[in-house]
Amino acid sequence: MFAYYLDLALRSLKRSPGLTLLMVLAIGFGVAASMTTWSVFRAVSGDPIPWKSSRLFVPQLDIWGPDSRKKGGYTDISDAFDYTDAVALMRDHRGKLQSAMYQVSPSVVPADAAKHPINVTGHAVFSEFFPMVEAPFKYGSGWSAQDDTNRSHVVVLSDKLNQKLFGDINSVGKSVNIEGKDYRVAGVLDRWNPQPRYYDVVNTGGFVGDGAEDVFLPFNTAIDVGMPNDGNTNCNEIPKGSGFVGLQQSSCVWISYMVELDSSADVDSYKNYLDGYMRQQQQAGRFNWPPKYELRDLPAWLNSQHVVPDDTKVSLLVALGLLIVCLVNTAGLLLAKFLRRSGEIGVRRALGAPRGAVYAQFLTEAGMVGAAGGVLGLLLTGAGVACVGWVLPKDIAALAKLDVSLLAMTLLVAVIATVLAGLYPTWRASRVQPAWQLKSN
Amino acid sequence: MNIQIRPILVALRRHKAGTLLIALQIALTLAIVCNALFIIRQRLANLSEPSGVDESSVFVIRNQWAADWPTAQVDTQVKADMLALRQLPAVRDATPASGYPLKGGGWDNYISMTPDQTKPTTDAAVYTGDEHFIDTLGAKLIVGRNFRPEEVMVMGTQQAITPPVVIVTKALADKLFPGGNALGKSFYAMGTTPSTIIGIVDPLQRQGVDRWANAYAGQALIWPIRAAFSGGLFYVVRAKPGQLAEAMREAPKALIAQSHMRIIDPKDGVLDYATIRHMVYDSDRGMAILMGIICVVLLAITAAGIVGLTSFWVGQRRRQIGVRRALGAKKRDILAYFLTENFLISTAGVALGAVLAIAFNLWTKTRFEMSQMSMTYVGVGVIVLLLLGQGAVLAPALRASRVSPVEATRSV
Repeated sequence: MFAYYLDLALRSLKRSPGLTLLMVLAIGFGVAASMTTWSVFRAVSGDPIPWKSSRLFVPQLDIWGPDSRKKGGYTDISDAFDYTDAVALMRDHRGKLQSAMYQVSPSVVPADAAKHPINVTGHAVFSEFFPMVEAPFKYGSGWSAQDDTNRSHVVVLSDKLNQKLFGDINSVGKSVNIEGKDYRVAGVLDRWNPQPRYYDVVNTGGFVGDGAEDVFLPFNTAIDVGMPNDGNTNCNEIPKGSGFVGLQQSSCVWISYMVELDSSADVDSYKNYLDGYMRQQQQAGRFNWPPKYELRDLPAWLNSQHVVPDDTKVSLLVALGLLIVCLVNTAGLLLAKFLRRSGEIGVRRALGAPRGAVYAQFLTEAGMVGAAGGVLGLLLTGAGVACVGWVLPKDIAALAKLDVSLLAMTLLVAVIATVLAGLYPTWRASRVQPAWQLKSN
Repeated sequence: MNIQIRPILVALRRHKAGTLLIALQIALTLAIVCNALFIIRQRLANLSEPSGVDESSVFVIRNQWAADWPTAQVDTQVKADMLALRQLPAVRDATPASGYPLKGGGWDNYISMTPDQTKPTTDAAVYTGDEHFIDTLGAKLIVGRNFRPEEVMVMGTQQAITPPVVIVTKALADKLFPGGNALGKSFYAMGTTPSTIIGIVDPLQRQGVDRWANAYAGQALIWPIRAAFSGGLFYVVRAKPGQLAEAMREAPKALIAQSHMRIIDPKDGVLDYATIRHMVYDSDRGMAILMGIICVVLLAITAAGIVGLTSFWVGQRRRQIGVRRALGAKKRDILAYFLTENFLISTAGVALGAVLAIAFNLWTKTRFEMSQMSMTYVGVGVIVLLLLGQGAVLAPALRASRVSPVEATRSV
């Protein structure tokens, strides 16, 4: 029976090729526009570490007070740490794993004197950073807590920098010259470039175009050698001291902080700890406003930092609007098409076809239009994802990927949407009174 | 020509579903197109704003040091670099800087009129440069004077210094001193010592073009500071007219010849202003293009939908048209009938669409960083869609008008 309906649908569609083409084009464009913007949205709104994101937390301390928020017109408390508090929280060590971190951009001088020095990007972190974010190692490992305390000159390299400096060999134990000082390679990371770069959203805005970070150094060592912060620095007042040391003594915020807490009991006790810490600071006379802190898990943190750009959301909304218009359009055209065949329906009904059969026939026809639109949509989505770098910022566009699930979804959305659009016209077709149609002929 | 509206309404009542679907489609199209046009207009307005820089001759070198030098040594090197750059035959002038217009992101300070003000008066982008800064950028000094060499102070990494003199943009001067006469007046930029305005430039854009900063558009100050950051700094260079390419080729070579202990990224270490402008407006231009594509596709689909459905109606009513023609209706009466019919449906559609458009704008305003859409966009959208409807219906209506009166006598 289905084969018969397919045959009927094909004949009917061939009879009015213009109208059919119009419907297929509408569905194709509508689906492709929504799927292309969806692929971008999906890429930027994804959870970078889904198996663990609910156990990673970002604390925020209100060290600037309510006046500063009024001044800048903000509602949230500052999203980064000053040096004093970052060091205090690391010293108290109340989480399972935790790390303060800041962005650095040192120069690396290759051993081969003929080669030019290169500038690299990275973060100064604590040893617990690597197990906390589950960074994959190709060779070696992170450094030890002992190295943190001893301010050892050790470094973890990216696969790419290791390649550039040493070729593709296990360089653990070898020495790298960073800013004129020798560092021992403790480990080499395997390809690792989480998007969004969740451990430091404040500095990256979430997405970083090309390539992973090149180096990770111990936080204390970087402070010790005076490797300056290369990320954002926000100040409530001009620091009194000058230079990088002055920054460390100031209330300016420039350090990111992340902590792993495995159970809700741990979360509660950490909140108690933060509350107690802020109370103690207030009692010590550091500030005179009520103690305030935030502890957000990673998804909530990414949301509060607007990691998904507004433009991406608005694009998706507008594209979905386009899809809806296309469906309304298709519904109108299907209605016209189906009702034009009232005579045919009348004959079928008079010959004993139940309403269900009429339903099946016309929904098959709608499904066929949807499938054809879906195939066109596949091609256009492919083209759309390939060209998305032309209209969207490169770092975001590069994340949009064409994969099987996106293609399957394109087809599915096209067919389901068209069948939905065909429901009302089909219902109208099934209500055709056989007697009327036969009489008027 | 006497257009009867009543018979049209009666006929439409027999095609309720089709009529409603077309009206709904027109409404949704209007809602989306208005908002898309609004977004396009907003983004394009950003794109064409003048930066105040002589963009055809200025380029920027991102100079980083390969050694960890103290401030004094960095400053010595910066001074030597400037001499070398300014001596190049293709170069007109050069200045060391911590940032430049349209760089994206950048350094901002709150501005207050008194040192103990709790809520600052406004916010300004901060530029640093020596006495060559204004000439290098090609900015126009409209009042006052340029910095003198002896006023230029040296600033190391994260060093807080407040020079006693400052040059501001006209936008900032007007904001701080609405009565005019800003020259000679002073203000506080997050410090305890005031800076006195010695000159005003116009225009000079900010470093960042993020939407939060729209309220502070064009507000910037220039401090006479020679940056000597240990991490690195920017060298802004102005080529002589027509010699940009040569200057961009020669400048990095001259710097490397000065000292090897520097890093100028081979990929993006030297940028001309066309590239800088392109990069900073990347997302604005992208959004405008995307919205443009969606508008065109939407209007095309809606027009095609109207053609399709009207064609169907014409086909369905050939006999009635024949009867009307046989009873004396002229071709233009038939044409007018279908044009009027479409006009009625479109009017209902755009009325609903205007409401939807405003509602959508108000909703996005609360959810995203969007501003209030002016009613002009709705007006333009309404006119576009009414014209589109009339244009789309023209072909089927003409076909209808050519139906011969003989059709009245034929059975289907």
